[in-house]
Amino acid sequence: MLIGHQPKEFLLAVEALTVSFDGFKAVNDLSFYVEENEIRVIIGPNGAGKTTVLDLICGKTKATSGSIQFRGKELTKLKENQIVQAGVGRKFQTPSIYEDLTVFENLEISYPRGRTVFGSLTFQRDAAVKERVEEVAEMIFLKDRINTYADQLSHGQKQWLEIGMLLIQNPDLLMLDEPVAGMSVSERAKTAELLNRIIKDRSVLVIEHDMKFVEDIAHKVTVLHQGQILSEGTMEKVKNDPKVIEVYLGH
Amino acid sequence: MIINSRFFNRSELIGFVALALLLFVILPLSLDVFRLNLVAKYLTYAFVAIGLVLCWGYGGILSLGQGVFFGLGGYCMAMYLKLEASSVANTKIQSTPGIPDFMDWNQITQLPLFWKPFHSFPFTLLAIILVPAFFSFIIGAAMFKRRVGGVYFAIITQAIAAILTILIVGQQGYTGGINGITDLRTLHGWDIRTDHAKFILYFVEVVLLFGCIVAAQFIRLTKFGRILVAMREKEDRVRFSGYSVANFKIFAFCAAAIFAAIGGAMFTLEVGFMSPSFVGIVPSIEMVIYTAVGGRMSIFGAVWGSLLVNFAKTSLSESFPQLWLFGLGALFIAVVLAFPNGLSGIWLDYVQPHIDRLLASRKSKAGWGDGSVADGAPAE
Repeated sequence: MLIGHQPKEFLLAVEALTVSFDGFKAVNDLSFYVEENEIRVIIGPNGAGKTTVLDLICGKTKATSGSIQFRGKELTKLKENQIVQAGVGRKFQTPSIYEDLTVFENLEISYPRGRTVFGSLTFQRDAAVKERVEEVAEMIFLKDRINTYADQLSHGQKQWLEIGMLLIQNPDLLMLDEPVAGMSVSERAKTAELLNRIIKDRSVLVIEHDMKFVEDIAHKVTVLHQGQILSEGTMEKVKNDPKVIEVYLGH
Repeated sequence: MIINSRFFNRSELIGFVALALLLFVILPLSLDVFRLNLVAKYLTYAFVAIGLVLCWGYGGILSLGQGVFFGLGGYCMAMYLKLEASSVANTKIQSTPGIPDFMDWNQITQLPLFWKPFHSFPFTLLAIILVPAFFSFIIGAAMFKRRVGGVYFAIITQAIAAILTILIVGQQGYTGGINGITDLRTLHGWDIRTDHAKFILYFVEVVLLFGCIVAAQFIRLTKFGRILVAMREKEDRVRFSGYSVANFKIFAFCAAAIFAAIGGAMFTLEVGFMSPSFVGIVPSIEMVIYTAVGGRMSIFGAVWGSLLVNFAKTSLSESFPQLWLFGLGALFIAVVLAFPNGLSGIWLDYVQPHIDRLLASRKSKAGWGDGSVADGAPAE
C-alpha cells in the first residue's frame, strides 16, 4: 500500500492523508515526513488546513483516508490518550489550562505517571514529582508563582504554563499551534528562548504566522494551501518560491 | 492531629467536628425517636448529595437520575426484608403461602428467579453495592465512551429515572407496583419497627454517612480529584495529556451511584418501605437541589443541605401543603442566581472571615510567648 517504502529514520511519516467534512476536503492527499530532532514549521493562509493537520495527528479528528506513522505505529487507529502515551504532545491555539487548579497542580496532572483511574487514586506526590514540577516551573518562568491559581496568570504566562505541561509530559514529538500568538514583544522573545531550550532532543511541529519567529527556529518549512502542500524546504527556499509569494507572503 | 490536619484543612476539620457533634450527640439527646427517625430519613438523601458533590460539583457530570440508584439500593434491601416478612407462617392465609403478599394478589404462584438470592443477607448487602455499580457502569460506559455529556447526559438520566419508575409500576407482580414493597418487619430476625431499633439504626446510618464522607474526601484529595476538576474545565486538555476521560467519568458516576444506593438501603430500613415515588424524576431533581443548596463543591455542605431542605419541606408542607413545591422551586432559583456555591459558599465568604479575624485578634492579644504557632497564623 505504501508508495515507495520510507526508510525507518523518520519519526513521523504522514502519507496520502485526506479528511473530508461533508465533501469539503480540508486536507487533501497530504504527505510529509518529519525526522528525529527536526523543527518543522507549517505556515499558510487562513483555512489552509494547518490546525486540521495537527488535529489529525493527535487524534482529535479522524482521517478519511491515508496513514500517519509515528515510530512505526499507525496513529490513525489509536485513541487520543494512546497517541499521547506513544509520545505525541499537543498544545492548543488558545491557552488550554485548568484555571481552578494551581500552577503546581496543572503541571502535576501532565506528569506521565498514574494515568489510569486506579493509578490516579494511588498517585503519590513524591520527591521525584516535586523536583520535576519545580524544574519545569523554573524553565517556564513561573517558579515563584507555583502555588498561584492559574486563572490569575497573564495570557502569556498561561501559554507558558501549557508549554510546561507538555514539557513535563516529555513527548518525542511536540506539536505547537501558534505558541506566540497574542503575546507582547518581550513575552515573545522569552517564548522563543523557551522553545529553543525545550526543542532539544525531540522533534517539533509548529504552526506559526510570525515570520520573524519562523525564521528563528525552523529547520524546514512546509507551506500549506487549500489542504495541500504548496512548497516545502528551507526558509530561504520557501521565501523565494513565486507560488508562496503569490498566495501567502505577498500580502 | 498531624494526619487530620493533612486530611482535612482547618475549616474542614471544624466542619467535620461540628457535624459529628450534631449527629452523634446533640440530635440524639434532644429529639424524641419519632423526630430522630425523621432526621435519619433526611440523612439518607445526604448519601446521594455527597455522591453528587463528587460527580457534579467536582466532575461537572450533572446526573438528574440519582433516584435510580437510591431506588436500586432501597429495593435490594426491601426485597430481602420482604422475603423475611413473608415466611410461610406469616402468609398462610394466601393462596400461595411463602411469597410476598403483592405477588399473591397478582396471581403469581412462584417466587420469581431474581428474587430467590435475596433470601441471603450477605448477598443482599453485596447486591446493594453491586447492582447500582453495574447499572451505573453500563450507563456511564454507553454515554461517556460516546462523548455524551452536559445537558444531554442530564436529560438521558432523567429519561432513565422515568423508565425505571414506569417499569416498577408496570411490573406490579414482581415489584409491588405503585405501592412499592411495604409491610417490612424484621432484619435477620431483629424487629426494625421498634423505637429501640430506630435509635440503633440511626447510629448505624450516621456511622455509614461518616464512612462515605471520609471516602469522598479521600477521593477528592487524590490526583483523581484534581483530574475531576481539570475535566470539568478543559476536557480536551485532559484527554490530550494521556488520560482516558471516559474511564474517569465512569468511575465518578459509579462512586456517586454506590453512595446513593447505600442511602437508599438505609431509607428502606428507617422508613420501613420502598416505593417508586423515591425513584422517579421529581425525587431525583430534589436530590440535586439538596446538593445545590448545601454547596455543590462541599461534602459537608451536601449533608447540611439535605438536612435543612428536608426539614423545611417537612415543616412547611405540614402547614402549607400546596405551597411547598413553589418554595422548593424558589429556593433552587435563589441558590443558582445568588449563591452558586450554596450554604458552604455563604459560610466561606461571609462567616469564615469573621471567625478568622476573631481568632487572629484574640491571638495577638495573647501574644506570641506561648510558643505554639497555629497552622493558620502568618509565618514570621
